[in-house]
Amino acid sequence: MARSLKKGPYVDANLIKKVEALNNQNQKRVVKTWARASTIAPDFVGHTFAVHNGQKFIPVYVTENMVGHKLGEFSPTRNFRGHSGDKKK
Amino acid sequence: MARIAGVDLPRNKHARIGLTYIYGIGPTTAMKILQSVEVEPSKKIGELSDEEVNRIRLLIQNDYKVEGAARSEVQLNIKRLMDIGCYRGLRHRRGLPVRGQRTRTNSRTRKGRRKTVAGKKKAGKK
Repeated sequence: MARSLKKGPYVDANLIKKVEALNNQNQKRVVKTWARASTIAPDFVGHTFAVHNGQKFIPVYVTENMVGHKLGEFSPTRNFRGHSGDKKK
Repeated sequence: MARIAGVDLPRNKHARIGLTYIYGIGPTTAMKILQSVEVEPSKKIGELSDEEVNRIRLLIQNDYKVEGAARSEVQLNIKRLMDIGCYRGLRHRRGLPVRGQRTRTNSRTRKGRRKTVAGKKKAGKK
């Protein structure tokens, strides 16, 4: 079910604080985060986030197209390598 | 014969059903169109006057994305998902269901014909 519009998009409070601090200093730094459920706000464009996938941090460079998606969508939690004995095509 | 947006409409169906033969127009949009050009929805396509058909054609041309334009919009949306590398894009690339459906069984529409896997036993007793 979609989130209620009344509440507005969910952006992790700590994350937006960090990004604002970086924007004010005009800095770019990789921000480590576990906030996979956080929506990507327009302020995030151009930054790189290290999004935790349960095992390690996946670097995600945010472009304009990604605004409105969640950070977790870019950090897959499952890595399917194929079944044993699968022939290569 | 009524021809709108490059599609022949079936002449013996009601206007509100006939319009849905155009890609990008479903039951709801069809009703909206007919209401705004003031054509009886239950009038058969074949019984529409040329003038009525023209009004419908003009409205669709100006206000709606249909056929080629609608199809390419869908393709562009999918392409965008694939380009930004998000989960839904990855599923599109793999040809697997996108919205979290199970893939252990079913999902044949997305996956295509069954490919038999050797040595796969039925679940149950050990």
